[in-house]
Order: sequence, then structure tokens, then C-alpha cells
Amino acid sequence: MPGTVQSIERAAAVLRLLAAAPDGLGVADLGNALGLAKTTVHGILRTLHQVGFVEQDRSGAHYHLSDAFGRLGESYLDPNELRSRAINWADSLASRSGEVVRVGRLVEGKVEVVHHVFRPDDSDQDLDVGTTLPPHATALGKAVLAYDTSARPRTLEAYTTRTITDPVKLGEELATVRSRGWATEFEEHTVELGSIAAPIRGLGGLVVGAVGLTGRIERICDSRLRHRADLVTMVRATADAIARDLRDDT
Amino acid sequence: MAEQYVAAVDQGTNSSRCILFDRRGRLVSVAQREHRQLFPRPGWVEHDAEEIWRNVARVVPAAIRQIGAAPSQVVAIGITNQRETSLLWDRRTGRPIGHAVVWQDTRTDRLVTELAGDDGADRFADLCGLPLTTYFSAPRIKWMLDHTPGLRQRAERGEILFGTMESWLIWNFTGGANGGLHATDVTNASRTMLMNIETLEWDDRLLEAFDVPRAILPEIRPSSGVFATATEVLPGVRIGAALGDQQAALFGQTCFSAGEAKCTYGTGSFLLLHTGQEIVRSKHGMLTTVAYQIGDQPASYALEGSMAVTGSLVQWFRDGLGMIHTAAEIETLARTVEDNGGAYIVPAFSGLFAPHWRSEARGVIAGLTGYITKGHLARAVLEATGFQTLEVVDAMNADSGIALTALKVDGGMTANNLLMQFLADLLDVRVVRPMVTETVSLGAAYAAGLAVGYWPDLEGLRSNWHRAGQWMPHMDPARRATEYANWQAAVQRTFNWIRTEDQEL
Repeated sequence: MPGTVQSIERAAAVLRLLAAAPDGLGVADLGNALGLAKTTVHGILRTLHQVGFVEQDRSGAHYHLSDAFGRLGESYLDPNELRSRAINWADSLASRSGEVVRVGRLVEGKVEVVHHVFRPDDSDQDLDVGTTLPPHATALGKAVLAYDTSARPRTLEAYTTRTITDPVKLGEELATVRSRGWATEFEEHTVELGSIAAPIRGLGGLVVGAVGLTGRIERICDSRLRHRADLVTMVRATADAIARDLRDDT
Repeated sequence: MAEQYVAAVDQGTNSSRCILFDRRGRLVSVAQREHRQLFPRPGWVEHDAEEIWRNVARVVPAAIRQIGAAPSQVVAIGITNQRETSLLWDRRTGRPIGHAVVWQDTRTDRLVTELAGDDGADRFADLCGLPLTTYFSAPRIKWMLDHTPGLRQRAERGEILFGTMESWLIWNFTGGANGGLHATDVTNASRTMLMNIETLEWDDRLLEAFDVPRAILPEIRPSSGVFATATEVLPGVRIGAALGDQQAALFGQTCFSAGEAKCTYGTGSFLLLHTGQEIVRSKHGMLTTVAYQIGDQPASYALEGSMAVTGSLVQWFRDGLGMIHTAAEIETLARTVEDNGGAYIVPAFSGLFAPHWRSEARGVIAGLTGYITKGHLARAVLEATGFQTLEVVDAMNADSGIALTALKVDGGMTANNLLMQFLADLLDVRVVRPMVTETVSLGAAYAAGLAVGYWPDLEGLRSNWHRAGQWMPHMDPARRATEYANWQAAVQRTFNWIRTEDQEL
């Protein structure tokens, strides 16, 4: 039988004490209360601060629970924060691939477009930030849906004859996404368009959204109609770069 | 053959960064380190130049490491920098004399008023293109020489060197006290108030007026051209360019022809309009500045509209008021309401820059009622940047006689969709974001790459520019007019806040 994790027990104890102290507590208070060394308490607090569960007061001497801790069910990453972290890497992906790039996240069962970069051919295109996409019919959607079992759409509407409308088939498709770490779309949302997307993992591995590119099938797929490996590599590297940015200093 | 890159070093107000670009002008890697902002007294802002050099010496190798490249794959270094921030250092030891005095610093307030005397702030505008304000370097140099005992004598003996941040970096990249090159470029020199805007040389009349010994000044070079070969950090790599950050952004946006303009949204925001080889004198509070000079070609000029507080207003909203946790969250908060609710924030934190140039103005929140929530204030914070841009665009249109038809934007705040849409609505023009938002670094890379032949010519660079996003105007003209009138009324209320008797204290 696996043992318990001591640091999580200690973190839970710190959270209980902070929840009971409306004015907040200092490192020494917590150390005394729990019989732990200051350095240990400090490490726990720093981690809890990084994941957004505790906050410091202005002087930095006292810690208290954050508002976000009381709203754990809500998305922890602000969508505008996600955009500002993604913008450089999304630009770079659009520029390298020559295709449209979008960053999306799951909101109430739909994929909300958080960021959109035009295809770099200077043709007329409209920004679609803020619009939603069906998760089961898009690579962007599948890349987030695969990691969020609570958000499976109830009805699978068909957008083309290739849209996956069978829940069992969708389940299999999402299992594939999980096992290889990226998602595809082949005329499932719009005829003649294909797409490749990869999940963006924030702190602790939590999937906070996805980044993907979309373009005409003949550009996205090779001659055997498989999604081009070089584009897959680019998309995954972009997702990793955004994730690195997110974990660095949130 | 291994891929080659150009390294842009952007020494900014808050951080130093190194970005590598490939031949198609695509961002390949980024490394960044923030430095401390020192506030020894109200109105004073300083940086530790040694800390900045240490940071630069760390971010350059870090950016190369990030993509597993070898230093030999870097073909050139392009330097761009926060402008006007001034530093003196000891020629023999290479150590700074005190801290660098930052462009936002207002310690020369009284000195500037004295220098203006009866002739007014435009006393030197014919020579250097700039009005007398605390913003530029020359009053700062005079202040530093006057306030350190013995320093003026040492400066006159040639023991002291002056530089803006690019000079400090070039000096250190090329060995510092061991044979370092003491040089600046025409764009940075054009912000000192000491360079003659026509001859592009230090002007004796200006040196005399500001009491600055010629011996401390760096050699003025073209912006794009090999300065020297680095001996530190990236030994053997040529330093191919140096440009002030806003001029670099103009270059990065490939605004190479007269009539092309860009606005960079950062801590402050800066709209630059390329005026070709012609020196345009503004009648509406714009600055005349050098845009760039490539090798021995004639220099290109620009009109500049400078807004001191834009992104830093969002920072104040976050750090000073604690209304949000991250700068990006301001958009989320602003979207909780439909409009500004009648509230306007004029961020005249250290006076107003273009087009007003009122150093005695201080900020206001106007139109406050019990109806106003933090959502409305968040809107007012973002809209302040929009209104300031409109004032500058209006002035620019009046000076150039040509109405702007589209605004090319870049910088961190372009990630804010609410602001970009508001800008399009308010200016009633298309707002266009290029594929690389980091145009400051890109411009420095372009200028350096040109100098070493990595890129053949300006046309080649132009073909790298692509539209990444665009916002179209939708606002009802009547509402636009009302909003702008409200803003202008709020601006009036910031004037004359600092009275002369306060300044004497």
C-alpha cells in the first residue's frame, strides 16, 4: 500500500491554521504551532504562494489564504494572462508554419478562443478572439477535452460528415490524444481544413488551454493525408514554451 | 551548416533581455532578468549600472543555451536601450560614479526652469529638436557633475566618461577599463540635447549652455554599422548596431519610408512618424528626433509623440492599489462593466508629456460618483492610454498635414484586446499588430544584421513584416466626440497643480 505524502499533510495543516486566522500568520507562528523548522514552513508557504493558495500582506510578514483558494472550482488562470504569456510563441508558430494560430481554453463545455494570430500572408482576416468553437469537432477542443473528464459535451453535433458524433468513438479519440500528447482535426469542423493542437500545462501539470494551427488540408497533411510531423513538432514545442513561461513566474 | 542568429540585447527600464532572431526575423529564444528600481527620494529614479551589466552578461548566454546553440552561431549583436537614462563612470577603473539617473527622474525640475529662463522651454529646440524638460540627459549630466564634489574637475581632466545605457554596454562588451570602446549612436545622442540635429555632432553652444565638458562624451556613430568586436560575453562577435528603444521599434516595424508610423505600448508609449531625410519642426508638442542612420548614408528623421505613463498606470493599479494580481487581469476586470461609467483617469504622475509638456501637472481621477466600481476604474486606466494616443495623433496630423490612416502597434499592451479595440474606435482608423510584437528587439537585430550582411537590404526586411492581428473602428462618432471632450476637460484639471512655492521646498 502506498504511504502518505508528509509534505502534503504539512501543507494541509498550514492551510487549516491560515483559514482560522483572519489576520494572517507569520512564518514563526506557523512553525511554533506545527513544531516545524522555519525553513520547512517557509518552503511550504512559498509553494502555496506559487500555486495561488496563499497571499502575503504588503509588509511580507504575514500570510493569509487567497480569494482564489475559496473558488478552487473556477479556472485559476486568467484568460488574458494566458494570452499575454502565449503571444510571442503563438506569433512565432504562425510565422514558422505559415498558418492561422489560435489559443483556446474550455469554458462551460465550449472552447473559447483566447488568442488568434492571422495567417502571415497579409490577406483579409478577422480576429475571432472571444468566439467559441465546438470542442469535439476541433483539434484545439480535443486537446483540452482529453484532460477534462467533467466537460464531455452531451450532444455531439455534426459540422461535416467527418465530425465525430459517436461518444464511444470520441472517447477513443481522446485516449489517443492523451497517449501521444497532441490532437488533430481532419475536415471535422470545416471542409478542406485540418488542424493540429497541443495542450498547455500550467503548474502541477494542470492543462489550462491548448494552442493549435489550422490550414488547408494539403498544407497541414502530407501526401498520404497524415498530419505533417514537422508541424506537430512545432505545435508541441510552442505549447511547451508557453507552459514554461507560465510556470516560471506566476 | 548550423543555423545562424542575430542577438538583440534590449536594456529596458525594468529588465534586460536577450532575444535571438533567425533569418526570417522570427523570434527563436528569449532570456530576461529584471533589475531593481531605486527610489532614494520622491521623484528620483535610479538604476545600478553594474547590476544591469551583470544581468546582460547572464541573459545573453542564457538565450543561446535555451535553443542549444553555440555562441559561434551568433553573427552579430544589436543593442537597444531605455533612452535618456544617464550614467557617469570612471575611465580608469570602469566603475560607475553613483547610480544611473533614469529618464523618469524629475530631480532636475528646478534646474530646467532656471535654464529655460525668459527664453522658455524651446530655447534649444532649433539646435537639438527638443524642449527643455527633465526627460532628456543634458540637465541630468549637469546635475551629476554639480552634485558630486570634485567630479567636474575630474571630468574636465578626461577621467570621467558619460553614456546612456548603450554606451555603457558597448564599453563593457569591448573590455571596459581594458580598452573598451566609448561610443554612442545618432539616435541615442539625439536624446541628450547636446547633439546638433542637423550636423549630428556634439554642439559647442549646447555643451556650453549645459556646462558639459566635451571630454566626457562618447563618439557618435551611425545606428547600423559595426561598432567593434566584443571581447566579453560573446568574444569575437561583432556589435552591429545600437539604437534607442523607440527608434528600434520603428525600424522593427519596417517603417523605412516617410509617412510610416508606429506606436509602441510599454511602461510609457511612443508614437514615431518617419519624416524621411527632412527635419520637421513641430508646432504641436512633438519632438524632432533621429530615426536611424545606416552606415555612411544620410540620417532619417522622425517626429515623436511621447506619453510618459501608460503601461505603468496598469502597474500602479496592480501594485499601488492592489486591484489586480497581474497586469493582464485588468482586461478581465474592465470587461465586468460596459463602459467607464463617466470616470476618467489622467495619469500626470510626473507632469504631462506630449503634446502638453506640463511638468507642473499632476494626475486626477475625474467624474467620480458613487456609481463607479473598480471595473469602471479599470476601464478608465486602459482608456487613458487610448486618449493619450488620440491627443498625440491629432498633434501629429496637424504637424505633418497628413491624416493617419492606420496605426501599427507593438509592445506588451497589444496583448490587451479591449485596449486595441478602444484605440481603433477612438482614432477611427485600423489598428494593426505585426507578427512580432517584440519590435524593439527585432529592430536592433535588423540594424545589426544589416551591418554584417546577414540581411542584404531594407526591402528584404520589409518582406518579413506580416500582419498578425487587426482591429476595426466601430464607435459611433457622436460618442467618440463626447468621450474625447470629457477627457480633455479632465486634462485641464491636472494643470497648475504644483505651484512654484512648492517647488522651492
